[in-house]
Amino acid sequence: MATTLDKVDVVTVGVGWMGGIIGAECAKAGMKVLGLERGKERGTADYLMIHDEFRYGIRYDLMQDLSKETITFRNDRKMRALPMRQMGSFLLGEGLGGAGTHWNGHNWRFLPYDFEIKTMTDQKYGKDKLSSDYLLQDWGVTYDELEPYFDKFEKTAGISGEDTNPFWGKRSSDFPTPPMKKTPILKKFETATSNLGYSPFMLPSANLSEAYTNPDGESIAPCQYCGFCDRFGCEYGAKTSPEITVIPTARKTGNYDVRFHANVVEVLKKGDKVTGVKYIDTQTGEEFIQPAEVVVLTSYVMNNAKLLMVSGIGKVYDPDTGKGTLGKNYCYQILPGATGFFEEKMNTFMGAGALGMTIDDFNGDNFDHSDLDFIHGASLSLTQPGVRPIAFNPLPPDTPAWGPEFKKASIYNFTRTLSVSGQGASMPHKENFLSLDPVYKDAYGVPLLRLTYNFTEQDRNLHKYLTEKCVEIIQEMGAKTAVPGNPLTNYDIVPYQTTHNTGGTIMGTSPDNSVVNTQLQHWDAENLFVIGAGNFTHNGGYNPTGTIGALAYRASEGILKYSKNGGSLV
Amino acid sequence: MSNDKKGLSRRDFLKTTGIATGALVGGGLIGGLVGYNVNKEGQVAGTKGTTGVNEQHEAAINRGLMFFQKMEDFNVLSQAVERIFPEDDLGPGAIGLGVPFFIDNQLAGNYGSNVKEYMHGPFFAGESTQGYQSRLTRAEMFMQGIHKMNEEAQRRFDKNFVDLEGAQMDEILTAFQKNEVEMKGASSEFFFKLLRQATLEGAYADPIYNGNINMDAWRMKEFPGNQMTYLAHIEKEEFMKYDPVSLSNMEH
Repeated sequence: MATTLDKVDVVTVGVGWMGGIIGAECAKAGMKVLGLERGKERGTADYLMIHDEFRYGIRYDLMQDLSKETITFRNDRKMRALPMRQMGSFLLGEGLGGAGTHWNGHNWRFLPYDFEIKTMTDQKYGKDKLSSDYLLQDWGVTYDELEPYFDKFEKTAGISGEDTNPFWGKRSSDFPTPPMKKTPILKKFETATSNLGYSPFMLPSANLSEAYTNPDGESIAPCQYCGFCDRFGCEYGAKTSPEITVIPTARKTGNYDVRFHANVVEVLKKGDKVTGVKYIDTQTGEEFIQPAEVVVLTSYVMNNAKLLMVSGIGKVYDPDTGKGTLGKNYCYQILPGATGFFEEKMNTFMGAGALGMTIDDFNGDNFDHSDLDFIHGASLSLTQPGVRPIAFNPLPPDTPAWGPEFKKASIYNFTRTLSVSGQGASMPHKENFLSLDPVYKDAYGVPLLRLTYNFTEQDRNLHKYLTEKCVEIIQEMGAKTAVPGNPLTNYDIVPYQTTHNTGGTIMGTSPDNSVVNTQLQHWDAENLFVIGAGNFTHNGGYNPTGTIGALAYRASEGILKYSKNGGSLV
Repeated sequence: MSNDKKGLSRRDFLKTTGIATGALVGGGLIGGLVGYNVNKEGQVAGTKGTTGVNEQHEAAINRGLMFFQKMEDFNVLSQAVERIFPEDDLGPGAIGLGVPFFIDNQLAGNYGSNVKEYMHGPFFAGESTQGYQSRLTRAEMFMQGIHKMNEEAQRRFDKNFVDLEGAQMDEILTAFQKNEVEMKGASSEFFFKLLRQATLEGAYADPIYNGNINMDAWRMKEFPGNQMTYLAHIEKEEFMKYDPVSLSNMEH
């Protein structure tokens, strides 16, 4: 029998960026907030020995234990879905800070175009630019409405950048800290893209260029360019993460607590409200019911969708009829790119996760798509994250994958290889969705989430076009050999691609087209909020965190308003 | 770097970040390749019969087998990984770097038992886009794969794998890579990928994991290992050389 605990004002499921933001904002306003985190406590002190590529980069020490829970995957409905038995395509977070601990720190605001993509595409290119199989829709919120919240998140995180990109939305204030250092490698990209007539600018970074104290009084240290960001925590507290910002902000109010090893298995619903959540203490196996006035799902995209499904809240999407919204519009990201092999040795092992330069000339609708067989595009960047020796063994074409030639070439090119890569937008398709798996279960007997996903025609066309642009840039940078990325075929769950999964719990203007309203309040339960990249109705050409941060700050205002007045916020 | 760093603990360093950095990393510039070749006795270079437990590197005096029970199996592994990452004029190969011991140690632990992976049934072969679907653990797969390598050597050349010429070993490894060898509950192609990846892990992981002896693989690749900061050098136009640093060199 489950033990029922004392009621709290707000419970968040998961304590990463979203749980931290909701925790901080609600606790500052005087609400009693509890974060349930299935992983463990951790922070900067745990990262003193983080420069260990093998433990953290290869063996995923900071990430989700798949023996307890994973997802199943199939490319299409005819294929038998099978468990993702090992981590690969994307890296699920676990523990305090979630994936916000091991992000690279690229911090973007989605383009004004993204939020009104359906309207703008129809207006400019006609209603049949994409076939009806693509479930394109506006987000129900505009860039201008979100701007104050983008600003707020960036000030919390101390983002380093420069407002020189002619293509992004208007900013109400400059970046909190100046851009990172422009290294010789970045300058190659700057010169090449300028020569080609594009507009390069420093990538907005959460690895901070200088010491910063945020409006909540939290300090973030200056980046040391040590080359260990992605898949790692920061031993300096120089990569803005939930553990060094919003979580301590929440804690110092006295109104906030995190309960660790608490794996939520169900959201409890009665009538048109939820009453709390059921969780299992993963150390003792005991079941608890945690009642709450407001429940906020702040775990990853996958788990937010799964919890709603196993709790029977909302109508699951049916690709046959198009009815139902839960699990719909799952999107990923398309990654065009080109690798260049250079004559000269470069300090490729130095760097930071978000040290880079970007052009947006081929992102969003910043270029004309009239004669193109796709919409949207990609930000194209050259980053200098710091390469590491196990993972990075660059080989020019026709080099064997092992043996003497492999050894020589991979060693020679370790310091002579650069890549230009795009983060390509991903459009929702009726056959790409999330649902529950009928066969496989997690360690607590709950069904696994099932991912049905493949790249589509739009993706392949976008990829092809932008790969050519990447080749052009890397050639202009002086590569002696330029190698385009392989053409997009079928989505493969094995190689790492990106942890930018989106959709499944999309936001919108009506219960017919979305799971949550534009305040991220569930249509079927007014005291349930669902927050994360799952709210995106499509995926844009940037990393998602900045946009999720803005949505979370906006939702926190909605939660405070709801707690006073009740009822629907829209 | 190590000389300059003496007397300053990691914690002291963290406190003084940004002030002392220039002085701290200075030593690495000269350090460059000092120490390279020091422990290279030539013997580890051989591709045959150099895998006895007693032929230990002086930097790893307590080295031993945690997983393999027969030297015969361990020797097959050693020769195979040396073919994948051979000794050459740049420096040691997999054997000289301790990779066979690294793999042995890994197979005895979480990696070998697939502790962090979803290993519940039902099991089906699946499509290539769906990844690893075997019920075999990595430890089981390695044992089977190594036995299969010896079987292939007997079948093709009537010899044990370790007694083959290099080119003959390569022929067998290539057959695994091309999925031409029948394995039970797994594909030889998958096993080969695992073997290749484990070889690179052992070569390039921090020496605390018993491979990358003397950080020689890092030296070959000019990877400086666990450097605390590049802040003072990140804008330098010239290529920077550092004496590599292992996590085991850290003072706490």
